[in-house]
Amino acid sequence: MDKIIRVNMADLSTRIEAVPAEWAGLGGRGLTSTIVAAEVPPTCHPLGPSNKLVFAPGLLTGTPAANSGRLSAGAKSPLTGTIKESNAGGTAAQMLARLGIKALIIEGIPKADTWYSLHVSMDGVAVQEETELVGKGNFAVIEALEARLGKKTGILTIGPAGELKMTAANISVKDPDSKIRSHGRGGLGAVMGSKKIKFISINDEGAPKVPIADPEKFRTASRAFAKALLDHPVSGEGLPTYGTNVLVNILHEAGGLPTRNFTAGQFDSHDKISGETLHETIAARGGKTKHGCHAGCIIQCSQVYHDKEGKYVTSGFEYETIWGLGADCCVDNLDDIARADNLMDDIGIDSIETAVMFGVAMEAGILPFGDGKGIIRLLEEEIAKGTALGRILGGGAGSVGKAYGVTRVPVVKNQGIPAYDPRSVKGIGITYATSTMGADHTAGYTIATNILNVGGFVDPLKKDGQVELSRNLQIATAAVDSTGMCIFVAFPALDIPECLPALIDMINARFGISLTGDDVTNLGKYILKTERQFNIAAGFTSEHDRLPEFFKSEPVAPHNAVWDFSDAEIDEFWNF
Amino acid sequence: MEITVKLFAMFRVGRFAAGTYKYRDGITPADIAGELKIPEKDVGIVLVNSRHAKLDHRLFEGDTLSLFPLVGGG
Ligand code: SF4
Repeated sequence: MDKIIRVNMADLSTRIEAVPAEWAGLGGRGLTSTIVAAEVPPTCHPLGPSNKLVFAPGLLTGTPAANSGRLSAGAKSPLTGTIKESNAGGTAAQMLARLGIKALIIEGIPKADTWYSLHVSMDGVAVQEETELVGKGNFAVIEALEARLGKKTGILTIGPAGELKMTAANISVKDPDSKIRSHGRGGLGAVMGSKKIKFISINDEGAPKVPIADPEKFRTASRAFAKALLDHPVSGEGLPTYGTNVLVNILHEAGGLPTRNFTAGQFDSHDKISGETLHETIAARGGKTKHGCHAGCIIQCSQVYHDKEGKYVTSGFEYETIWGLGADCCVDNLDDIARADNLMDDIGIDSIETAVMFGVAMEAGILPFGDGKGIIRLLEEEIAKGTALGRILGGGAGSVGKAYGVTRVPVVKNQGIPAYDPRSVKGIGITYATSTMGADHTAGYTIATNILNVGGFVDPLKKDGQVELSRNLQIATAAVDSTGMCIFVAFPALDIPECLPALIDMINARFGISLTGDDVTNLGKYILKTERQFNIAAGFTSEHDRLPEFFKSEPVAPHNAVWDFSDAEIDEFWNF
Repeated sequence: MEITVKLFAMFRVGRFAAGTYKYRDGITPADIAGELKIPEKDVGIVLVNSRHAKLDHRLFEGDTLSLFPLVGGG
């Protein structure tokens, strides 16, 4: 039977509850956002006792459905002050789903200055004091816990950044190779740190299979779904070969690759950090060019990157990180970027926020543009150690901008703008501006249609159709984020007619229900509106749905494009 | 006339990454893809001078043509 597990860190009590009827049809983001909106006072301090940290596997997680192993984490974000959902791969989601845990809700803050861990198993959840691993990096935590509890243990952990409550801290999830995936965005690691939880270990021994109401229907639908994933050139060929980093060269060619802290749209050394070069480097050094972040991923956009000696450096090496440290900081050395990626995983800090932050730090004169070794030094000596400078850097791009008086600070609602320039890829600008999460490319990935010719084409340099495109994608994404599906299923879903119905059929077969396409759209709308309502109650207005001023006044080469949407045009987004 | 042609992702395999070549007047991206034995249906994105274009776009002296298969990420 599905259940909700509550842990109250104020008195270290735990409770197992039945799933309320109104939560039964929800999972992933739909559930975390519903719980946060219902139970967290919107004006509370994100690091105070009233915030709650919620984990929820998606509706299809734990089933044999391809690419369904994502875990959602939700809370009020210390970075943005808005509601936040951040999802990640790794092994934890499928284990929680098998244990029948629909949501794990962590409330309150311990009175004493003691660190704890949670252990989740068939017996429920146990709260234990933790001393040995406090202060340790994430890789050491995973290694020690595998020695202590066994190789199969699922792990959610925070590094020093989370312990120090840095607002760019993430929550790390052990992947199938004992490496790391992250709930990256929004500083959720700081929320876990505020509750004095160093790690959550999971043992799913003895757990039954996730029940499926109509196994035959499920099998048929899941076969059609997997076929669509493998048939589409993006998910079936491009992503497994080149990873997400295939985008460096495309965005460069299209003039939308933010470079030198968002002062240009092209990076001269793009080919040195491109997906093509990454692929060749990995292949030559004996790494893995494709890899799944959870069991059952058939796209496998991830990879394992080795150094010149053939030793592991990092995995899950994403376009956003490579773009951010690469083009945005003008570092053209993939080995330096890979080393920084590994350090960010170990410290437990969002690699998008941190990369955007380094662009601002370079503008501030903290280190010169192009200084890859300097980035590594600041990560190791300042951020990991929580020095005064490290805490400013660990607060993300907005924090550094404020501390150093920089005006070109690419953030929306204080969250760093990712790897697509909103002046020359205008649809994504609407998503950055209006997302309930602060700047977030995954919230409504218009790059598909603006740049990649997936789901049609909307000219990236013109305003026409962008608001509608972003709206449709944000609604669909909110729904997909509730299924536990990796967002890359959106590529085939936009182009292959059988894909989305198969996804809906799988949900119906899993629960014995009969959702239609309209129900799924309505779910997406409900999620966005619930999140927005929370933000409004937290003090956000349409005036926060804006891009920074410099995008209007500074044209970006090569198209000399500016951000030219009026406030009224942006606000049209919410007319649904 | 001279045109710079850039190829990406799997289009590079067995071909080249970038080069400037002489072409006849009025040539289109479709013609150039054909000469390179890239099937039209495999062409996902065509950019001419950093702008999206169609396969039958007429190219001019000094243009840069970038050809991508259908790829993506995020
Ligand atoms: S496609 Fe990539 S992000 Fe998606 S589940 Fe697979 S490895 Fe993870």
